[in-house]
Amino acid sequence: MIEVRGLTKSFDGVRAVAGIDLTVDRGELMGLLGPNGAGKTTTLNMLTGLARPEAGTIRVAGIDCTRDPKAAQHLFGVVPDDSNLYPELTGLDNLTFCASLYGMGRAERTERARLLLEEFGLGDAAHRKFGGYSRGMKRRLTIAAGIIHRPAVLFLDEPTTGIDVASARQVRQLVRDLHRGGTTILLTTHYIEEAERLCDRVAFMVEGRIVTVDTLENLLSPVSDTHVLVLVTADPTTGLTPELERLFPHLRFEVVGAREIRVESRQPIAVGPLIREIEERGATVMEARRERPSLESVFVRITGIHADQMKREKERKGGGGGAS
Amino acid sequence: MKALTAMCSIMAKDMRTYYLKPPNISWGIIFPLAWTGMFFVKTGTGLESLQGVLPGVVAVAVLFGTTSMLAVTVTFEKKGRSFERLLLAPISLELLMLAKTLGAIIFGIANALVPVAIALGIGGIEGIAWGPALGAVTLTSIASTFLGLFIAVSVSEVFEAQTFSNFFRFPMIFLCGLFFPVSQLPLVLQPLSYVLPLTYAADLLRYSLGSENVLAPGLSFAMLGMFGALLFAGSLHCVRRRWIA
Repeated sequence: MIEVRGLTKSFDGVRAVAGIDLTVDRGELMGLLGPNGAGKTTTLNMLTGLARPEAGTIRVAGIDCTRDPKAAQHLFGVVPDDSNLYPELTGLDNLTFCASLYGMGRAERTERARLLLEEFGLGDAAHRKFGGYSRGMKRRLTIAAGIIHRPAVLFLDEPTTGIDVASARQVRQLVRDLHRGGTTILLTTHYIEEAERLCDRVAFMVEGRIVTVDTLENLLSPVSDTHVLVLVTADPTTGLTPELERLFPHLRFEVVGAREIRVESRQPIAVGPLIREIEERGATVMEARRERPSLESVFVRITGIHADQMKREKERKGGGGGAS
Repeated sequence: MKALTAMCSIMAKDMRTYYLKPPNISWGIIFPLAWTGMFFVKTGTGLESLQGVLPGVVAVAVLFGTTSMLAVTVTFEKKGRSFERLLLAPISLELLMLAKTLGAIIFGIANALVPVAIALGIGGIEGIAWGPALGAVTLTSIASTFLGLFIAVSVSEVFEAQTFSNFFRFPMIFLCGLFFPVSQLPLVLQPLSYVLPLTYAADLLRYSLGSENVLAPGLSFAMLGMFGALLFAGSLHCVRRRWIA
């Protein structure tokens, strides 16, 4: 449905997108995951015709968008990272206006707008001005505006950034429903959990390049047979790991914080002997929890970038809220 | 048909949302009205001078009425990123920009009617050629709107658009022969008058409103058309180069 080859873009001599290749199949939900400045939004802007590529080709539903960016615009909807509807218009007026941009007739657009307002839980706010909406409501209405013309492809830029947890949950459910309804979706996010929960395939994007792209299953397979146990102690565990490694040579130990040890193994980990040995050395174990292998560990392993680091960067740039 | 629906909708939304905003009211309505009042109420010249000042006042009303609109409908929306929504709509940039300017053109024509109506009410106006007058007002409105558009797409902030507009508007009042003939300007300034669209607009308005004109009406029509086309093309070029970079 979307086919990108060698897409390149620079700003003031700095390479923002460095020759990426990307394919999104019909009905697929693909995630572009990466930190701030990775080139995700620039990629989306080029795909939608808001930025001109320096090199490369873009095809949406077989239409060459590089030559004529306008040619495929009727096929897709765009939800930008900023809720950019008209603050002076009501929710209903915003949606009917957006529908009219795609040539929908008066009766059809009003009916469609009312339906979406109900579906998106905004029926009661239909006649309130958009400027007075909460962030979560704004985001939901912006998504509704993006799909008002029933697009076959939807581009979502950071759909849950800057909104509260409850609204983020609602937005994710809306995205799932759209995906179930057959819409092809390409979303960008810096929330690893979001990509993991929503996407069929994920592309890791760092410094303008796609470093990995695969299905969630394939991405997780290298870590799927790894058993991870996290032990939290009441006392510092400094100097404990060399001795534990000697006693349990089949286990891999990593001190995460002063009071936290992460244990990894290819086999199931026997918790009892491990706790006994630690406590015999004067550290009280407060908690032992099993962690399932996650996309986060894969992302960190491949890119060297930690999830917390990405969240902090985004929050510094004013996009709080997010996935949980 | 779909493009027409989108165009009408953009125009209607702009008129409903922006046209009664404070900057538009002050620059687009109050200021031309004040000018009209100032010239019509001026003392010592009698009603016979109405015929002489009317073309200039109409030109000022159209110029200020149109150029003030674009700062809001284009620059404000670009700043708030809602303009991106329009750029993503499946209509050509040419039609989109026409939709964004059509309301201002109509507003400019309506603004021109205010001084004409006042002058007719006061009396002492005769010899108006209504057909050419409508043509002259429409072309003046189109050229002024596209001047406003060019300014609006060349800046980033609304206040810059307003300030930059004044940089053109106020000198044009004096350089374009609105209230005294271009021939009375210092020789060194006269060539400058003929590279400004309002000179042709004012002369054409004088011809159609029963006053004495200097240039051939056909030439003024052609020059205004050319200015309009150049400014529109320049604006599109600016949008493509700066906003879809």
